[in-house]
Amino acid sequence: MSDWLRRRLDRAVEHRLGEDVSSRTRALVLRGNEYGYDSYGLGRDHLKMAALLAGWVYRHYFRAESFGIEHIPTSGRVLFISNHSGQLPFDGLVISAACFLEPPQPRLVRSMIEHFVPTVPFASYLLARWGQIIGTPENCRRLLEDDEAILVFPEGARGISKPFSRRYQLEQFGAGFMRLALATNTPIVPVAVIGAEEQAPAINLKPLARLFGSPSFPVVPYPPFVPLVPLPVKYRLYFGEAMTFTGDPDDDEDVLEDMVKSVKHRIESMIHLGLRERKHVFW
Amino acid sequence: MSSGNRKVVITGIAGRLGRVVARHLHHDARFTIEGLDRRPFPDKPKDIVHHQVDLRSKKARDIFRAGDVDALVHMGVMHDPRRTPAELYSWNVGGTAKLFEYVQAYGVPKVVVLSSANVYGPRPENPQFLTEDAPLLAAQRFPQMRDLVEIDHIASTFFWKARDVDTCILRPVHILGRVHNAPSNYLRLDPTPTLLGFDPMVQVLHERDVAEAVACALAPGARGIYNVTGPGEVPLSVILRELGRRTMPIPHPLARPLYSLAFRMGLSSYPVPELDFIRYVCMVDGSRAERELGFRPRATLRETIRAVDDPQ
Repeated sequence: MSDWLRRRLDRAVEHRLGEDVSSRTRALVLRGNEYGYDSYGLGRDHLKMAALLAGWVYRHYFRAESFGIEHIPTSGRVLFISNHSGQLPFDGLVISAACFLEPPQPRLVRSMIEHFVPTVPFASYLLARWGQIIGTPENCRRLLEDDEAILVFPEGARGISKPFSRRYQLEQFGAGFMRLALATNTPIVPVAVIGAEEQAPAINLKPLARLFGSPSFPVVPYPPFVPLVPLPVKYRLYFGEAMTFTGDPDDDEDVLEDMVKSVKHRIESMIHLGLRERKHVFW
Repeated sequence: MSSGNRKVVITGIAGRLGRVVARHLHHDARFTIEGLDRRPFPDKPKDIVHHQVDLRSKKARDIFRAGDVDALVHMGVMHDPRRTPAELYSWNVGGTAKLFEYVQAYGVPKVVVLSSANVYGPRPENPQFLTEDAPLLAAQRFPQMRDLVEIDHIASTFFWKARDVDTCILRPVHILGRVHNAPSNYLRLDPTPTLLGFDPMVQVLHERDVAEAVACALAPGARGIYNVTGPGEVPLSVILRELGRRTMPIPHPLARPLYSLAFRMGLSSYPVPELDFIRYVCMVDGSRAERELGFRPRATLRETIRAVDDPQ
């Protein structure tokens, strides 16, 4: 029964995939074993499904536009550092889709998922099959040493759950990504995401968040009043020139602070540029 | 003692894995094998001496008293989930402590302890690959694993304390083969129960590769704590498909009560807390063993998986 379903699904995916996306899936450089899985649980066959979903979200739902594609390195280790916003983590999906669909050589970008995800049925393994990893510094270091691409949101939960009134204002950046970049000698590509802030204009109900013990409790002014489905805003992504840093990864926080700030300023200026160029939130 | 021929005492030799290791070392002309196990060893090769005694007994001490033992391979750990915790604790932890006492008192220069990568514990927040420095947290969720963790701790304390003894602690991943350990038994079930919506990556190791790792650890001068990994890692579902098993996915909130009921009624011998092994990732980085011991698994991934169905 489940085998029959799986075969039907495979055929449907294959049928809808389209020549462009399916050749890009084949062109991805992956390290798989004899069963087609890499050691983090990524499976080439499962990737097709992810590519189909992400491609649809990127091209049709958010009608995303990317600028500075030439700054996405075709190979070698790289850390994408981006602003995080919009209550729902679609910015990660859109950045990954851009790196897969836009450059001449598709690039698989892994993002770091929260520690509770492995306890959730289905999400626990599906996200791993699609190349996502548990957000620990060890995983990140190991993948960078294997010359992979990783997406990090240094604002973390502070960024994604901030209320609509503080849109496009960056929260404090953690220094963890800089330590990793210094330890593994990885170039940093700053990314600015425009549009995600408006996908779920929310206010944060702090008492309810405290009651449920969650980091935030966002409420949106339209049914169902909690952000489940994002509004079909238009996404604009700006990829900046790669930045390289040298230094001691175990230095004090305030020594690293200057380097972290320079990345943050670069993202801020790209955000300002993007907001100036934008004519409308939805088109 | 004949020169160049090292006398190796193996505890738990009468178990299935013990016999695999004993045969492997027996083929090697550098070793003379002696067995130490409470159980009989019926089909043993002729030149293996077997002492059928309890680890904690006076007679076990006598084996070491002569001072001619060159190495001890300790794999006599009892896992039987049906025994009482007190009995298991006394056998496993008490027995191990006694063995280390003999080693120190009678100057055994080499000890190899077969622990397990399970001592790290399957946890949702585990990094994909745990190194040897990771804390042993298995006992946090399973009191039943406390013995294994404690044996590992006794061995690592001994490793730091007795600098003149070359102690090797091996932490192999799930051992597959004709052995009757939890992972092999589990994979022999048909239909195989799984947890609905969970499909962790797992690492497997062929039983013959375990014997090879023990042989590598017996090399003079080798000392340290080593994770031992096999030919790779695959999702659990791929292993079950390779073996042609039907699966029986159970929603995880129901799995615990169902299994504890089945266990108490004697319908299943699957220890309930070990359900976390088919839910979360517990994988290790075996590169240190490859670098320092020169250990490399010989069996391919497919051979390793298929080994559970080898004729008994």
